[in-house]
Amino acid sequence: MTAMLEIRNLHVSVEGQEILRGLDLTIKPGEVHSIMGPNGSGKSTLAQVLAGRDSYDITDGSVVFRGKDLLDMDPDERACEGVFLAFQYPVEIPGVKTTQFLKAAVNAIRAHHGEDELDAADLMGHFREKMKLVHIEPDLLRRSVNEGFSGGEKKRAEIFQMAVLDPALCILDETDSGLDIDALKIVADGVNSMRSPDRGFLVITHYQRLLNYIVPDFVHVLVDGRIVQSGGKELALQLEEKGYGWINAPVGAGA
Amino acid sequence: MISTTDQRTMTILDLPGATPDDVAFPPWLATMRRAAATRFAELGLPARNDEEWRHTSLRSLQSTPLVPAGGTASSLDAGVVNAAALPGLTGPRLVFVDGVLSADLSSLDALPAGLTVLPLSEAAARHETLVREHFGVLADGAREAFTSLNTACLGEGTFVHVARGVDITEPILVLAIATGRAATATHPRLLLIAEESSRASVVEDYVSLGHVPHLTNIVTEIFVGANAHVQHAMAVRETDEAFNISTLKVRQERDSYFASHSALFGGALVRNQVNPVLVGTGGHSLLNGLYLPRGRQHHDSHMRVEHQAPNCESRQYYAGILQDHAHGVFSGRIVVSQIAQKTDAIQQNRNLLLSKDAQANTKPQLEIYADDVRCTHGATIGELDEEALFYLRSRCLSEEAARGLLVYAFAREGLERIELAPLRDALTNLLVEQLPYRGLLDSFVGDEAG
Repeated sequence: MTAMLEIRNLHVSVEGQEILRGLDLTIKPGEVHSIMGPNGSGKSTLAQVLAGRDSYDITDGSVVFRGKDLLDMDPDERACEGVFLAFQYPVEIPGVKTTQFLKAAVNAIRAHHGEDELDAADLMGHFREKMKLVHIEPDLLRRSVNEGFSGGEKKRAEIFQMAVLDPALCILDETDSGLDIDALKIVADGVNSMRSPDRGFLVITHYQRLLNYIVPDFVHVLVDGRIVQSGGKELALQLEEKGYGWINAPVGAGA
Repeated sequence: MISTTDQRTMTILDLPGATPDDVAFPPWLATMRRAAATRFAELGLPARNDEEWRHTSLRSLQSTPLVPAGGTASSLDAGVVNAAALPGLTGPRLVFVDGVLSADLSSLDALPAGLTVLPLSEAAARHETLVREHFGVLADGAREAFTSLNTACLGEGTFVHVARGVDITEPILVLAIATGRAATATHPRLLLIAEESSRASVVEDYVSLGHVPHLTNIVTEIFVGANAHVQHAMAVRETDEAFNISTLKVRQERDSYFASHSALFGGALVRNQVNPVLVGTGGHSLLNGLYLPRGRQHHDSHMRVEHQAPNCESRQYYAGILQDHAHGVFSGRIVVSQIAQKTDAIQQNRNLLLSKDAQANTKPQLEIYADDVRCTHGATIGELDEEALFYLRSRCLSEEAARGLLVYAFAREGLERIELAPLRDALTNLLVEQLPYRGLLDSFVGDEAG
């Protein structure tokens, strides 16, 4: 099967400091990949770069998404093409309601694919169905986006948006941070219900805990801007047990 | 009398002597008018060295040739008036065309019991004591040139009285249209008396149709009785050639509620002055405003909230969206006198700069003579939040749609404080027409209820 996402030799800097230093990663449809790594290893930078944040300098490498040059697209174009980033820190936007911009978002995707717009009633029906996935009450979506939401509400709202927009590639950036175990299970259930042979997942996390609930096919360890080790789900357990120091050593020795 | 040649070179300073007294006012009002003319001549126009006018120059107004309002009402097609009026306001209305009341276009039929709405001259004749006890009491013009000018050039005005305990649900509309047929100076005047435990709302709407320089110099006096609830809204929708100066003076008795909503949507120079005085305990004052200068427009809002009794609350929420080369000015003064203990006053001014050439000045001023009060103020001047923009774009919104939505949300917050739904909706629709990316906003508007 052809790759959905192919990252080759990606080098990314911020203000002259190199954060990603030659990262390679391939995700095929239906696969769940997890990237783990210590703080400052470049995990969130990767997520932001894939979503199209322009405050990073891409100095080398390529990212191809479903045969197209992802790095050449604006953030909204990437989203319309099927890339979704669930933010580590979802932004609060006073005065803008989730349903308000999601209606525009769904119709932007439909327009991008040459489909007719959905009317308000159809959209609300679609929203209600997805709200159930992550146990969201309609009232939450009538409030300003993320404003006054608890940590759990913010992350559930992100997964709700993901379900509504039905992306091909789901990037989850530390979705487990700040969640208690009950909220974590709800979020994981929502994600798992979206797993399908057509969809790829990139689950970025510092802790192995999330991977008990969203079980990955592949685990990659990111250290100093490079993937230093890849394996199956058991690699996450080893990391949990031994910490990242265990990974650092062989790489350092081999370099 | 003055000749046509004189009129052509007449400026604002010549207006009191040149404005016809063709409205039949009683002698005491004619005397006030003359005294105000003298006072205006003494005061002259405020200059930039006056701290209250530091950011607003009146030089262009001073050099603009103006023609006094008066005489017979210029005719205006009812269709034009209805198209200009804010939609959805179906209550009693007075329509002024170039400063002259048009009986044909006004509608004061079938007023509910307890509500009096009359031309000011008629009220002065029929309710002389009541008018005399209130007119010019709050707006005495002793120190304010534009208030003196308004009284000096007084033409027909509006009188509203709400009897004790009477609840008027439909807002009363005063619509003033500047046709642009001449460079007219008009001096709209409104006196509203809401007796104890009454409830009413009034909307003043200033619209200009043509592109001729003109002056609209408004004075509004509102008496809010004990436990009364009054809402006042002012929409300024004038063209790039208009000078619109307004002075709103309010006196609030105990346990009263007063809300002022100002929507400054257009005018070359707009000066919006709101001054509630809380004289009874337990009063609440809300001053809510939105200014949207574009091009080279200059919108200046000066608030002065006076707490003269204990246990009162005041809220000032003003927001400005500044485009192109526009300039926005906000000054909010809270004066808490020594007896006004337990005052709770909040002031907020937010400015959104949408262009590097736009400018905002904001100045909170607290004058507090009591020791047990809570007064907070905050002012911001900034651009659109880049984090929010990226978030919305990562959710498929184009850069233009994301910017449009954020600007709309910023402005809409103020409009949400308006209780009167038809007014809120009408102003929201007007707002959208004023914003950048307006073509993209349709899908967002009207979805506030979720």
